[in-house]
Amino acid sequence: MSATAETPKPLTKKDLTADHPTWCPGCGDFAVLASFFKVLEKLQIPHEKICTIAGIGCSSRFPYFVNGHGVHFIHGRALPLATGVSLSRPDLHVFAFGGDGDGYSIGGNHLDHAARKNVNLTYIVMDNFVYGLTKKQTSPTSPKGFKSKTDPTGAIDQPINPMKKLVYGGASFVARTHAVQVKHMMEVFERAILHPGFSVVEVLSECVVFYPGIFDDGNPRKGGQFDVIEEKKWDNSPEDADRHDVSDENAAYRLASLQYPGKFGVFYETDRPTKNQLEQNMIDATREKQGAVSTVDLLSSRFASMK
Amino acid sequence: MSLSATSDSPETSKRPSVNSEGVTELQNAVIRFAGNSQDGIQTIGGFLARLAGRSAREVMTYMTIPSTISGGPSIFQVHLGSGEVLSAGDDSDFLFAFYQHSYDDHIGSLRPGGICLYDSDQVETIRTDTDAIHVAVPITSATVESIGGSARDRGKNLFVLGMVAALFKLNKEKIASLIERQFGRKNEDVLRNAMLAFDAGFAYPIGNVLSLEFDLKKGKVQGEDKVTTDGNTALTLGLLAGGVRYGAAYPITPWSTIMEQLRVELPKYGGLFVQAEDELAAVSMALGFAYAGHTAVTGSSGPGLSLKMEALSYATMAELPLVVINVQRGGPSTGLPTSVEQSDLMQAIYGSHGDCPRIVLAPKNVADCFYIAVEACQLARKYSCPVFILTDMALASRIEAFAQPDLATLVHEPALDQATRGEEFKPYPLDGETRHAPPGTVMQGGKYPVVTGLEHDEWGHPSASPVLHAKMTARRRDKIKAFGATLPLPEIFGDDAGEILVVGWGSTWGPIREAVDRMRAAGRKAGAMHLRHINPMPNRLDTIFARYQSVVVVEMNDEGIYGYGQLATLLRSRYCDPKIRSVCKTDGLNYKVRDIVSRVEAAAAEA
Repeated sequence: MSATAETPKPLTKKDLTADHPTWCPGCGDFAVLASFFKVLEKLQIPHEKICTIAGIGCSSRFPYFVNGHGVHFIHGRALPLATGVSLSRPDLHVFAFGGDGDGYSIGGNHLDHAARKNVNLTYIVMDNFVYGLTKKQTSPTSPKGFKSKTDPTGAIDQPINPMKKLVYGGASFVARTHAVQVKHMMEVFERAILHPGFSVVEVLSECVVFYPGIFDDGNPRKGGQFDVIEEKKWDNSPEDADRHDVSDENAAYRLASLQYPGKFGVFYETDRPTKNQLEQNMIDATREKQGAVSTVDLLSSRFASMK
Repeated sequence: MSLSATSDSPETSKRPSVNSEGVTELQNAVIRFAGNSQDGIQTIGGFLARLAGRSAREVMTYMTIPSTISGGPSIFQVHLGSGEVLSAGDDSDFLFAFYQHSYDDHIGSLRPGGICLYDSDQVETIRTDTDAIHVAVPITSATVESIGGSARDRGKNLFVLGMVAALFKLNKEKIASLIERQFGRKNEDVLRNAMLAFDAGFAYPIGNVLSLEFDLKKGKVQGEDKVTTDGNTALTLGLLAGGVRYGAAYPITPWSTIMEQLRVELPKYGGLFVQAEDELAAVSMALGFAYAGHTAVTGSSGPGLSLKMEALSYATMAELPLVVINVQRGGPSTGLPTSVEQSDLMQAIYGSHGDCPRIVLAPKNVADCFYIAVEACQLARKYSCPVFILTDMALASRIEAFAQPDLATLVHEPALDQATRGEEFKPYPLDGETRHAPPGTVMQGGKYPVVTGLEHDEWGHPSASPVLHAKMTARRRDKIKAFGATLPLPEIFGDDAGEILVVGWGSTWGPIREAVDRMRAAGRKAGAMHLRHINPMPNRLDTIFARYQSVVVVEMNDEGIYGYGQLATLLRSRYCDPKIRSVCKTDGLNYKVRDIVSRVEAAAAEA
């Protein structure tokens, strides 16, 4: 919102560009950042209303590279902090960024609860199946057998399935994309941002230093296959019967169970009241019942009840 | 009948007198109800406390709650007085014993010659080796008889309240209105049964077995009715007055009642309180509220504070304002969840990683829980840093009467500061106060701030410059120091020079004063100094110490490996004064006044 009567200057990628990213050359996260800029440009969100929040990790450096209000917080707790911002500031567009370690390991429980509460914000996970900032330890999404500094003979623990976790947790928008598929990534980001509620996009974003080539199976230019989910068009056509119903939780689980590299696109999308709205309803109901009362009067009557 | 003050109390003025009608007039009375936690003895104790507040009397209560899930022995002690009441009372004048175990455990708490009324349906064996006056009342059967039907023995507490009202000539109408306020909300049957039990207790012919009646003198000053409440409620209201509109926490005893109240109260003020999934999420959400431009709160008890510590270091580094409450309980670990201890002082000051200065305050009584919460909000905003409030289990649950605070002058109306920031904006100026631009603020220079836990320059931009880290560390420390320099020396109670200075902090304020009163009445030149601001503490405390032969710090924590409690250790390290001695205890119970007197005397003699 501009203070003057003039039409605000349109938001451009240039306005949004901050420090040059400290990521390694070739890192998948560069494409995520570029796509994010383009979607913001398209949606023309007021500059001062953009708020980016992250924890710790390579991808969690994101807020430094976006010229907007931002927080670089502690490891694993970006979502609770973002929850506080979102719940108390409905005027803002809140974005959280992070990696697989930050989001699925140290912050794994917060993800379930932000999803369950359907907090109105967009969370983008740059999943590279490895701890990059600390130089190659096993991550919660590292496949079995992955040789890292903490598993020199190969990882032995079963990796988590992020898509199942997100659907189970109750996220009201769950999508998956690939950092080399910029057009697809932008489409998914846009839908996530426009979704009211807790929207999450899992982006396969390659770490070219510590886990090169891991996502080639999903990259046609490297001989893989980028298999996009066909969503139902509700056109009563025979083909439509085989298409994916994004509101079907069981269908989302079936997609999440596919063999790697699986499918890309929107797994699940539902319209569920946000915590933001439910809290506001409670505030409105309380205040309507009590009428217009000043803080001093509210406190005075509370003290009077204790005499 | 020797209800007079016991021999260790020099306060002869409090000796009861018998008037022409044979009624014993009391200046103060300590009444202990001993039963199980589900008997509702806290409810009737609360009624008596509130009644005192309405009758210009002073009151202080003390309760124990079992940490079991349901049931277990529990007591509620009410100290009513027409003079100043500073402690919950060392010994009781009256004991109401609901069960055999209540009788066995608490008969020893009676003063010599005190009166024990016991439920003769439950208590079978009476000790013969005590000079207590025993009065048998079939409380259970009389209650069942009065309510009738299938009520069983629910309502025993109100029957006992009726007896207390008759015995002490209390204002029956006032009590009835309190009962109505408490139970009338539920349903008519509950209220009717409560009144039936109360009336039956009031009418019980106690005079047949106890030929004594008592009249608690009214206080000299008749003023407006006092507010009667517990520390956690006072603290909650202080936060609301101080401008807190957002908060987040995770339940833990004895902190939970603050978050329960905030959850209900904040929507009335247009705010909200979130029950988070864990302690780390709670402090992080609270910091989210703070970053978004609000005065926010989180709180817990010791174990929860340990979990919050990483984020609290972040708050110091990023210089975000946050009120952090620790309702201390017995530790370490799960420890004694429903007992009192002051063992988290060092945790509050030093519990985080890195050089992490922050403000730590401690309220001295229930009323001060309100005032210190207001102050904590002001300090968090002014110095843009975490501000701890260290209260404790005793303050959390005990009830006191106090004058209603002057709300018109204390209430802070929060406002979001989103004024456009000019190109020169620096959140962390090396030569000025920290001022954030909350999200939503238009930045005229087109450059938007990122708040970070990395060391940073004046603009908040990450920097690992060695020179800058030294400067910024000093900057974060110096603002806390600057606050310390504004603090006046604490007032001295009693003699402002002489033989012994007793130093305390937190909930021991009242008992320490009463102890100093007794020491002075016994001829000692003694004073008491209480610290409400613990980090930073006021400067030049040494000028006070110099006026006494010995300085004894009284705390409810362990003497540690080197023989000194936590505040004593801090004072010794700051002033290098070997005169500073330490009195500690770790039994999870409040100090008895006579124990403070004897142990302070012993410590002073050692010095």
